[in-house]
Amino acid sequence: MKLSVMFDGIWKNNGVFKQVLGTCPTLAVTTSVKNGLGMGLATTFVLICSNIVVSLIKNIVPSKVRIPVYIVVIASFVTIVDLMMNAYLHDLHKILGLFIPLIVVNCIILGRAEGFASKNGVADSLLDGIGIGLGFTLALSILGGVREILGNGSILGFNLFGSSFSPAIAMIMPPGAFIGLGFIMFVISYFEKRKRG
Amino acid sequence: MEYILLFISASIVNNFVLSRFLGICPFIGVSRKLDTAIGMSLAVIFVMGVAGIVTWIIQYAVLNPLNLGYLQTIIFILVIASLVQFVEMVIEKTSPDLYASLGIFLPLITTNCAVLGAAILNIQNGFSFLKMLIFTIGSAVGFAFALILFSGIRERIEYSDIPFYFRGLPITLITAGILSLAFMGFSGLVK
Repeated sequence: MKLSVMFDGIWKNNGVFKQVLGTCPTLAVTTSVKNGLGMGLATTFVLICSNIVVSLIKNIVPSKVRIPVYIVVIASFVTIVDLMMNAYLHDLHKILGLFIPLIVVNCIILGRAEGFASKNGVADSLLDGIGIGLGFTLALSILGGVREILGNGSILGFNLFGSSFSPAIAMIMPPGAFIGLGFIMFVISYFEKRKRG
Repeated sequence: MEYILLFISASIVNNFVLSRFLGICPFIGVSRKLDTAIGMSLAVIFVMGVAGIVTWIIQYAVLNPLNLGYLQTIIFILVIASLVQFVEMVIEKTSPDLYASLGIFLPLITTNCAVLGAAILNIQNGFSFLKMLIFTIGSAVGFAFALILFSGIRERIEYSDIPFYFRGLPITLITAGILSLAFMGFSGLVK
């Protein structure tokens, strides 16, 4: 059991920024920090549970049918999250809408099940799930923060600039998602390429 | 008239990729070359159409009468995964030429959220069979349209002089943003 597995997942192997996976929910739900956080935590829950189950059953499942089995495991946890959120976080559930059932096809989760949990023990898979999940949540919150500040002039619902500020509404519309993520990727590539020289 | 508007709304105004954010992975992944983009588009149109019909029938003939609505996500993704596998086998047997050009894209479609997204949207909107068919095909055509348009732009970008730090993903995403901005011009055309 290595704690470094967890910290690698948060930044070094960050699903969105470094591996460019799971871009659909990243772009779609990040109109505010709150939505990004909600989606990130829902995905984290599914990721942790599916990682644990997959690493427990990895020796029982024949390798030919492993992908359908993993998908069923993931889909069961997604259904749990969907029903729980509908019951306890109804407002957030309505905003995220279609993208909660679509956690099933988030490539990050299947990627971790196939690439990590099916080869490692339960404890490591748990830590990997937490790390990758928090990394995904972090990415969604950053993009949500950028879009909320520029497009709405607020952060987590608090007004930042007073009433005279006229926000760039395009940032909370669909184009803002692509452009916002594009500029975040630019900042990351700037620092990475500089470090490498 | 209602059906034509539905088609336009699904394909252009509420474009799957550029305003609903479904199927971004293939949109960015396979749009580097025009011919792979066309291959992927054809595969998606085909699978989405068949998956839409099958999942609609399952929802109304099996899940609703038995009150199993909560199994929707699991059943739909299983149907799509097995359908993709089945289509792959049929195409491989009947038309090796088509298989050679579509083959590599088929496994990728299982995790394309546009297919599952369209299936779920059909049910959420309570479409009748005919409307479902038009909506699904419209969405798939919209996906193909965006993908082919975008790969054309990307082929041009390959030959342009892009600032060093913007090369690769950043410029791709920003280009997609501008394309999406252009598509926003259609909003309000159809409710």
